[in-house]
Amino acid sequence: MPIIETKHLYKHFDGVRAVDHLSVAFEKGQITSVVGPNGSGKSTLVNLLTGMIPVDGGEIVVAGSVRFTKIKSHEVKDYGITRTFQDVRLFEQMPVLDNVLVVLTERGVFASLFEKHSPYHLEKAEEVLRRVGLWGKRHELALGLSYGQRKLLEIARVLATDADTILLDEPFAGLFPEMLKVVVDICKELKVKGKTLILIEHNMDLIRELSDHIYVLDAGKLLAEGKPQSVLARRDVIEAYLGE
Amino acid sequence: MPYVIHLLIMVSIYSILALSLNLVVGFTGLVFVAAAAFFGIGAYVTAIVMTSFGFNFFLACIVGALFSALIAFAIGAVLSKFRGDYYTLASVGFNIIIYSVFLNWQTVTRGPLGIPGIPRPSIFGLSFSDNFSFLILASLLVILVFLACRFIEQSSFGRVLRAIREDEKAVSVFGYEVLYFKLATFVVAAAFSAFAGSLYASYITFIDPSTFFVNESIFILAVVILGGLASNRGAVLGAAVLVLLPEALRFVGFPPDIAAQMRQVVYGLLLVILMMYRPQGLMGEYKL
Repeated sequence: MPIIETKHLYKHFDGVRAVDHLSVAFEKGQITSVVGPNGSGKSTLVNLLTGMIPVDGGEIVVAGSVRFTKIKSHEVKDYGITRTFQDVRLFEQMPVLDNVLVVLTERGVFASLFEKHSPYHLEKAEEVLRRVGLWGKRHELALGLSYGQRKLLEIARVLATDADTILLDEPFAGLFPEMLKVVVDICKELKVKGKTLILIEHNMDLIRELSDHIYVLDAGKLLAEGKPQSVLARRDVIEAYLGE
Repeated sequence: MPYVIHLLIMVSIYSILALSLNLVVGFTGLVFVAAAAFFGIGAYVTAIVMTSFGFNFFLACIVGALFSALIAFAIGAVLSKFRGDYYTLASVGFNIIIYSVFLNWQTVTRGPLGIPGIPRPSIFGLSFSDNFSFLILASLLVILVFLACRFIEQSSFGRVLRAIREDEKAVSVFGYEVLYFKLATFVVAAAFSAFAGSLYASYITFIDPSTFFVNESIFILAVVILGGLASNRGAVLGAAVLVLLPEALRFVGFPPDIAAQMRQVVYGLLLVILMMYRPQGLMGEYKL
């Protein structure tokens, strides 16, 4: 059963159709990749699914039953959805540990006012920061981290939320091989745990290795879909992607 | 000695203003340039209910804080539509509106004539009419506001505010309704600023609109930035430095005919140098 579906989803920017009546479905417990050349609408799709930008048309269906044409970014957590960002967005002038704790504690105004993080929150933060190898840097400000470490901190933040559906926007870009292995292993572990992963990525080798299903977008439209091996071998996909 | 006590009272009043504004600017990252508006609302409400309705100072203080919080709730909802520089400009506009109300609503505020004869505080036969006892009262209020701000800072709420300051869109994806957090902070800060206004009105015993114009808001913002954004101790230190520094310059010995101008020049120069070499302020870690 799809955990998220889009039906004729539409978004334009100043007349340019960034996502053009797109209908795709992301199956529960699978890794689905969305690929396509720059400007094909991949990140716009993620931004629409997470309420970062308003939908212009069509609808989003969550878990087969919740249909909406408008969603606010603070509501996506209620649907068990979380994400990372293409341009890494950390809480820069906060310690690494606080970057994780902030996604673990109370969401309500009054509840959070009378709460300090508990040993449970600290344990969870330690677990995810150790998983990405950043526990030793927990007291450093996020802005002092290298690019790869910043990506790993975003992954740690996502792991801490324990969300069922995770949208990863170019998680492997700019990572050293050791860091890349950590993120790839995390993706595999999340799949084993039954999480749904939506991957926006350009690394075709990793897409072949990890994906159960892929969608290829071009100019906001669906160009192809299916198993990675067959879709990525298609002539029209290669032409769209490489401009050949 | 009376001069020193007077200065310490002024440091206390500006400490409360800086602590409150720090919640909005330092912790939440909203460059709000209208602290003097809530300072003025607290002062005017206190002055009016004490002189016209015979309220006790402490009750007047609470009424002033509630009134200020109510205005902040309405204004905060409007200001939340703006971002960055536009937010700052809109806040300046708000300060000008409030100043105009003080100046022109003469049946209530007496306009440019101001409100004289505001009584000093007293409670259960205990009077704060002399400056030393007033200093004790003002210091107690500083401690209360300081502890309240520290409580907020150390709570999960405080961590969310800092995250909002860094990237409010990103924090919202993790399930936080950013508007509620910003509004709550704004309302609390406005109430605290009103306390400072109540103290000021009762201390000086006279208020007029000129004290609550935009230049006063800029001064309070300078106190917060100089002390160190997102630092409660910095807010108090910033208030002490910016209130006491011009007074200290009185003793430098400039030629009498240019002394006043020279004090302003040196004062401004010191601020520029400090911001060049320590942009995060005296005790802060965060830069705007």
